[in-house]
Amino acid sequence: MDISVRKLRKEFDRFPALHGVSLDIASGELVALLGPSGSGKTTLLRLIAGLEFPTSGSIFFGTDDASMKSVQERHVGFVFQHYALFRHMSVLDNIAFGLRVRRRQDRPTEAAIRRRAGELLDLVQLPNLGSRFPHQLSGGQRQRVALARALAIEPQVLLLDEPFGALDAKVRKELRRWLRELHERTGHTTVFVTHDQEEAMEMSDRVVVMSQGRIEQVGTPDEIYDQPASPFVHSFIGDSNQISVTIDKGEVFLDKRSLGPLAEGIPDGPAKMYLRPHDLEPTDEPAGAIPGEIAAVRRHAGSRMIEIAVGERRERIEVAIPATKGWIPEGTQTFRPRRWQIFPTG
Amino acid sequence: MASLALLRLRQQSVIPGFGPALGFTLLYLSLIVLIPLGALVLAAAGLGFSEFVALATDPRTLAALKLSFLASLAAACVNAVFGLLVAWVLVRYEFFGRRIVEAIIDLPFALPTAVAGIALTALYAPNGWVGQLLAPLQWKVAYTPLGVIVALTFVGLPFVVRTVEPVLRDLDRDVEEASATLGAGRLSTLRRVILPALLPALLTGFTLALARAVGEYGSVIFIAGNIPYVSEIAPLLIVIRLEEYDYAAATALAAEMLAISFLMLFAINLIQASSRRRFGHAA
Repeated sequence: MDISVRKLRKEFDRFPALHGVSLDIASGELVALLGPSGSGKTTLLRLIAGLEFPTSGSIFFGTDDASMKSVQERHVGFVFQHYALFRHMSVLDNIAFGLRVRRRQDRPTEAAIRRRAGELLDLVQLPNLGSRFPHQLSGGQRQRVALARALAIEPQVLLLDEPFGALDAKVRKELRRWLRELHERTGHTTVFVTHDQEEAMEMSDRVVVMSQGRIEQVGTPDEIYDQPASPFVHSFIGDSNQISVTIDKGEVFLDKRSLGPLAEGIPDGPAKMYLRPHDLEPTDEPAGAIPGEIAAVRRHAGSRMIEIAVGERRERIEVAIPATKGWIPEGTQTFRPRRWQIFPTG
Repeated sequence: MASLALLRLRQQSVIPGFGPALGFTLLYLSLIVLIPLGALVLAAAGLGFSEFVALATDPRTLAALKLSFLASLAAACVNAVFGLLVAWVLVRYEFFGRRIVEAIIDLPFALPTAVAGIALTALYAPNGWVGQLLAPLQWKVAYTPLGVIVALTFVGLPFVVRTVEPVLRDLDRDVEEASATLGAGRLSTLRRVILPALLPALLTGFTLALARAVGEYGSVIFIAGNIPYVSEIAPLLIVIRLEEYDYAAATALAAEMLAISFLMLFAINLIQASSRRRFGHAA
């Protein structure tokens, strides 16, 4: 089922949490809402679920206006960060809950409910654990039960709020891959909230980057990483360097030094050049290259990270070169940018 | 077995001194609780079986016991319902004067019960503020078993509120929201999710209110009218027997109360233990 969010605005006690957000999610898509805390991503998810109601704007499920529908009517699967399992019920009863609370005429027979719950336990790879209680399970297992419980009502939309946030790194990685596989098999339209960019980039078809109640960029992981639409996205995703430059008729100047006509269509005046550490390479050719004084060299996994001070402002930037290059730089060195982005300041 | 017991004693703990702590606890418990109660049982045992049975099955004694326990049970039930409601309102809503209400809840603890009894009597007597409204309806509260229940409800209210409140405050909103996303309506969520989570605390509050009500004396004797066979509670009957220098009857009645109370509290504790096991935590 498609989800369409139109000019959604939400205020909490006059404090705006979302400023007119619009977003279209296609049926069967796996979308991540990514942003720092306070960016409004959880609010957006809860608005879609019907756990909050918008101050203005609307939400469509398919062609249906769902904006004012209650959470029960929206029929979405929701998974909470801290599982929110019913701790006085066994795992099986937890999963069966959504079926048991249906009105009598819609409710399957008890045997059918138990069969369905059993199938879901198999789906989340926890057979034989049906009679356990939530406190007897590990965090990863609990989250699987929570997912099975959400899937039991056969929702058309699956919403997950930081689903792996409370788990340790190893379990998180496992569950991520598993959830991605599950999504490919079941094909639910899935939206999940995360503040972990690695998680967002690895799992989703499209990433929605949010900041301060607004959507900064929507795109595939490649687009988000390679063509960030704003300074925020560039510095939020991956490692990012910034150099203060001046633009004059499309030509970029670092202090008085020209880096070449790199900034076509960008208005004259002060700007910031954004570079990824591995998009700079050392060169002996001074023309169009950035000179920097080497301040520190560190080893970081497969790369050597070189910290250099650039320009009169001595802005610190990082350059990554493969560690296999036995080259230990010293003194001043020039670096050629391979890929960059320029955003005007102010 | 002996080595096992020793091991248990020597368990590592953040606060050392299991031995002295247990010893002190036992001494303390003995001086304050066990020895007085033991003396009572001994005195009752000294009566001899036939005399004890005769005293214990005296119709006036049985009537008093029946009133005491049934009225206490009724009061505890009323408190369980209204205490839960009060706790809910205090935890879930922010309103003007909430702190004042919070403070009022504890007043029944602090007020001398005789004062409460006299105030309640004045209110519910046929010519009192509330009593004269009820009189045309042929409802009599003061000087009837109903009056006993009113007084016992008054003294027991704080127990339920104070035990349920913290648990309710700690209850995750997530769980209610999860229930709603799964399609459960409000009543369904209340019945299937919230109440089961509160049940252990509610049971604790109920037990405390019940125990308090069984032992209550001061507030009841003013409002009850103390008519033998009708509105005379067991604790009062004990005092009456003492004043008559009928120590044997007082002892027998006291022993009976002790036995019934113990069995009742023990049974409730068993229920609680099993519900705690299901929850997997001490609530």
